[in-house]
Amino acid sequence: MSETVSNVKTLVIDEQEVSALAGQTILDVARENDIYIPTLCHLEGLSNVGACRLCLVEIKGGNKLLPACVTTVFEGMEVSTHTERLQKHRRMILELLFAERNHICSVCVANGHCELQALAQDQGVTHISLPYRNPELTVDASLAQFTVDHNRCILCTRCVRVCAEIEGAHVWDVMGRGINSIVITDLHDNWGSSSCTRCGKCVQVCPTGALFDKSKVGSDHPKYPDFLPYLNLMREAQ
Amino acid sequence: MTQTITIDPVTRLEGHGKITIQLDSQGQVEDAHFHVTQVRGFERFSQGRPFYEMPSLMARICGICPVSHLIASAKACEAIMSVRIPHTAAQLRRMLNLAQAVQSHALSFFYLASPDLLLGMESDPKARHIFGVVAAKPELGRAGIALRRFGQHIIELLANKRIHPGWVVPGGVTEPLDPAKRDEILAMLPEAYANIGLALAAYKQIASSFKPEIEVFANFPSNYMSLINEDESIEFTDGALRMIDAKGDILDDGITASKFSEVIGEAVEPYSYTKFAYYKPLGYPQGSYRVGPLARLNIVKSMGTPLAEKELAEFKQLAIGPVQSSFHYHHARLIEILYGIEKIEQILSDPLILDKHVRASAGVNRLEGAGQAEAPRGTLMHHYKVDENGLITWANLVIATGQNNNAMNLGVLQAAKEYVKDGKFTEGTLNRVEAVIRAFDPCLSCSTHAFGQMPLAISLVNADGEVVDQLVR
Repeated sequence: MSETVSNVKTLVIDEQEVSALAGQTILDVARENDIYIPTLCHLEGLSNVGACRLCLVEIKGGNKLLPACVTTVFEGMEVSTHTERLQKHRRMILELLFAERNHICSVCVANGHCELQALAQDQGVTHISLPYRNPELTVDASLAQFTVDHNRCILCTRCVRVCAEIEGAHVWDVMGRGINSIVITDLHDNWGSSSCTRCGKCVQVCPTGALFDKSKVGSDHPKYPDFLPYLNLMREAQ
Repeated sequence: MTQTITIDPVTRLEGHGKITIQLDSQGQVEDAHFHVTQVRGFERFSQGRPFYEMPSLMARICGICPVSHLIASAKACEAIMSVRIPHTAAQLRRMLNLAQAVQSHALSFFYLASPDLLLGMESDPKARHIFGVVAAKPELGRAGIALRRFGQHIIELLANKRIHPGWVVPGGVTEPLDPAKRDEILAMLPEAYANIGLALAAYKQIASSFKPEIEVFANFPSNYMSLINEDESIEFTDGALRMIDAKGDILDDGITASKFSEVIGEAVEPYSYTKFAYYKPLGYPQGSYRVGPLARLNIVKSMGTPLAEKELAEFKQLAIGPVQSSFHYHHARLIEILYGIEKIEQILSDPLILDKHVRASAGVNRLEGAGQAEAPRGTLMHHYKVDENGLITWANLVIATGQNNNAMNLGVLQAAKEYVKDGKFTEGTLNRVEAVIRAFDPCLSCSTHAFGQMPLAISLVNADGEVVDQLVR
């Protein structure tokens, strides 16, 4: 038997037999086969951190729920992506995200273009059963072009990853622990006086209205993160 | 033994309020108050937000006239940015504001006031509503609904959304006018003219039967304030404010938004969450004044459009000097609907109306800015202060209902004295007291910057707090 053949794994996702290459994640394989698994922190072109837990799946034979974005496939794997238990967990995760900070869709620049809002609609979250925390969080508008509103941040760390991995500047990072975490620029300097290159990649990859362009007000702020895989491809080609 | 009559809630208003009427030991009216019972806190929770978010944030104060808030707020932001918006953007905003005046006035007159006017103050309260009007006077009911739809549809065409559109932004508007939308608005005009013609004719026919009400519906001399153009014609969106006294003489003129807070103060009374605006040089309460349709028509010398001009001339015949009875707010409102339709037609013939340049941009160039506009109910002023990054540090809103507050309270007292005698009242008499408030068309949710539900009862309470009589709707 050749090496190539041994690298091919056969598995079942939602009762559909699929084949994959060793090392591929469940999410990659599912998407290749048009099987939908919701994600929020994952973005094609960036590394995966498994932070949001929306892509949790069930694997036969194991009690643990595993994030599809960072779990690699194995031979004979049987994956369920939409059990009742998973859907309940996903709705709970979304409710927790909404309750954690101050998400007021009606007056948000990302209204209609927000991945969190779209996911909530997709997963049938119509009410938040948890009490809102209503934390007092700041807005940093010190940079001429862009603003960060921590009220709308869900700590997906896409901005941190795009800045470090693609732009190579690593201006964004996370400060604090647990519920007190916030994204910061440099060593918690104002964005305007940080080493930011003003490239705007973080704004384009932010799934909510936390990072936005100052010239976009009202609810007129679509984001275009599709440049990432292209950028990676061009770099690899060089 | 003194008694208090409470009308709670006052119905067919925008927002929640109540009226209390205090009786002396002989059962005669001693005092009366109009209470606005909710607090909302927009001025506080906008602190810390970026200034360019303010129009969309402040528009959420009200679903009836979000456009006025959008415009006053955007103008305050433009003062902070120190920009002058493109001509086309100014014209488009003017049209949006007029479309809102038409729909809001149609709501006030047909949905809220016309049940009293067309069906009678004493008519069966169970049918005293817009559906009752539609059943009794189908043509007028339909005209009212159509006029409201006319205004709302223009708002939707221009700004993509009927309520809380995001189209008005600091610096102008987000999108130019599409020629197909202009043509759609033009095609709607003939029906609108026919409907307002019908309404004006019907109002003039019935107005004479309300002579007793005209006498006591907040009918007293007062000052008036509104925006006016340099050529002394009516203006809803630009221009500057003029204040006149009860005789019609000019007290102050050319009050720009930046001068507003120097001239207008706000007093607080313990019984209401709505503040009481007054003209500072005269002090409080002598400096109280009225705003809104009655004030505007009392102040302006012309309407600037042919049909409304004729109606204004007729309106001015109602009195020598300013028209003082607040009952005439209804008449003024209908004339303004006519003006709004005519002016929209005029604006659409502007050769630059389809111009693509509709937005100016700038950062923070001043740390303070104010903007004013005429909302359907009267003058609206937004005043903000920001830090060097453009985050709001302080905000103050002066709302039409606050400026009419003193007049509404005096009006309630005047009507209560007429209609409540020897401690006796009926549903019909109390409806007249409420109708005084309706004439002003106050927006309570705006004025407290309403939330919650009110019990549906009118009660007569004695000095010991015992309910001696009760009227439940």
